[in-house]
Amino acid sequence: MITGEQKSLEEIQSLLGDAEKVLVVGCGTCVTVCFAGGSREAQILSSSLRMSSKLQGHPQDVTDITVQRQCEWEYLDEIEKEIAEADIVLSLACGIGVQAIAKHFPDTWVVPGLNTTFLGIPVEQGVWEERCAACGDCVLGLTGGICPIARCSKSLLNGPCGGSEDGHCEIDPDVPCAWQLIYDRLTTMGKLDYMLEIQAPKNWQVSRDGGPRKIVREDLRLISDETEA
Amino acid sequence: MSSNDNGYLVGSQLEKILRAGHFAVTGELGPPQSADPEVIREKAALLKGYIDAVNITDNQTAIVRMSSISAGALVLQEGLEPVIQMTCRDRNRLAIQADLLGAHALGLRNLLCLTGDHQIFGNHPTAKNVYDLDSLQLVQMVRELRDESIFQCGDEIKGQTASFLIGAAAAPFADPVDFRPLRLAKKVKAGANFIQTQLVYDVKEFATYMEKVRDLGLHEKTYILAGVGPLKSPGMAKYMKKNVPGILVPDEVIDRMTQAGKEWLGKKASELAPEEKKARSKAWQTEGIQVCIDLIKEMQKIEGVAGVHLMAIEWEEAVKPIVEGAGLYPRPEVN
Repeated sequence: MITGEQKSLEEIQSLLGDAEKVLVVGCGTCVTVCFAGGSREAQILSSSLRMSSKLQGHPQDVTDITVQRQCEWEYLDEIEKEIAEADIVLSLACGIGVQAIAKHFPDTWVVPGLNTTFLGIPVEQGVWEERCAACGDCVLGLTGGICPIARCSKSLLNGPCGGSEDGHCEIDPDVPCAWQLIYDRLTTMGKLDYMLEIQAPKNWQVSRDGGPRKIVREDLRLISDETEA
Repeated sequence: MSSNDNGYLVGSQLEKILRAGHFAVTGELGPPQSADPEVIREKAALLKGYIDAVNITDNQTAIVRMSSISAGALVLQEGLEPVIQMTCRDRNRLAIQADLLGAHALGLRNLLCLTGDHQIFGNHPTAKNVYDLDSLQLVQMVRELRDESIFQCGDEIKGQTASFLIGAAAAPFADPVDFRPLRLAKKVKAGANFIQTQLVYDVKEFATYMEKVRDLGLHEKTYILAGVGPLKSPGMAKYMKKNVPGILVPDEVIDRMTQAGKEWLGKKASELAPEEKKARSKAWQTEGIQVCIDLIKEMQKIEGVAGVHLMAIEWEEAVKPIVEGAGLYPRPEVN
């Protein structure tokens, strides 16, 4: 899932400026599960904004609404009326939701209420960890299902470096060394041979380094490029 | 494999010393956090004649310093042979290859390939890191530049290629310890001609590591230089033992350092007069140098150790007494 963290109230207020009518839009998917931007967070944040703007002497009219997924046009159609009435929209979705609103409602000024952080997993209640860097060329089949791109601080393909100590990374005792985890798992599974192979330089062209990415599935498309044009 | 007429890969002083079977001594020089060439020249003057080649660090501990290649070119002008350190942290494969072409053109012939300390430790912790390649892939790329005259993309190099004696690092005591000899084997397979290890203070543990290295036959395929360095105080020894990953400092070494300052034992620095403090430092440093000499002598007895890499960063004055004390002065002449 995509994880996010709410920006500080101070930063959110500076993004909102002196707009009179503010619509906070929550998202019912990833950011709901990570307790950052769902319906509950949208309600609490709206209430905080109403209160603090009142205390600061320029009360804002803040309302909230939550859609199932801000990253799909059909869900955004449902809130067209509320969006039209607002001076500014504060999206509590990930960066994808914010951009979907900006694209779908070209006359609306939308600002982010979250910092989108990573693709990860709740390892326990209240703790999320990064797991995937969406590099476009998955290596998990070589590393026992533990990602060195997302989880090694240096994204090494031939780790571990000399900074691995007692199972953690030199950058922080709270960060496990991904290559220690890989080594342990490959050893247990009797597949250490994978780690003895020299992995060639990675093709970063299929990651973000190759520019913004796009997937086109002609078998699924309803409109082809020709008809669109 | 390409080589020049006399059978050497590159014919550097370091390669000749190693090939002749002399016990090699390399040193280390940290460029300044400024554009001042004099600092380099002064340090080079302290080292020249006492070591066979000197490593020039590359933004060591992720702190911006004069570039390794420029400082290396200055060192070469002073008549001391540099080993250029190159990390994967700050450059992608384009920048690394461009810099290596330049380094060769400037007459530099030894290269140490490193992953590089994470930028979080340095003075620009908000920087974006690169790590396009890792140290193993870097070794492989440099070998292909030299031996196959091709760039990493596979394009042929038309004209003079960049040729280096290729070095890599080893951390014998970093975790997972059982994997370390195997990782060394990977580096040798990738093309490392020589290896410089992390600082070793625990000779017994290092001998055990070398046994595994010999079992893999690696000492016959690469030259292994054991990392040594003088301690300045018992505090430094304890700090390294506790805080630096992959460094083991046995209690015996800490005790020797503590005993050297026993006259002032139990006294805080604030309770000592300036001349007492100086005397204590001197006593510690003398013992630190002696510990280092004894380590080098022990290293010479270990089969498969081809030399030492003497790291006395910001204490270049210590190199002369250590090399002399270990009976390694004068350095052999090779032509």
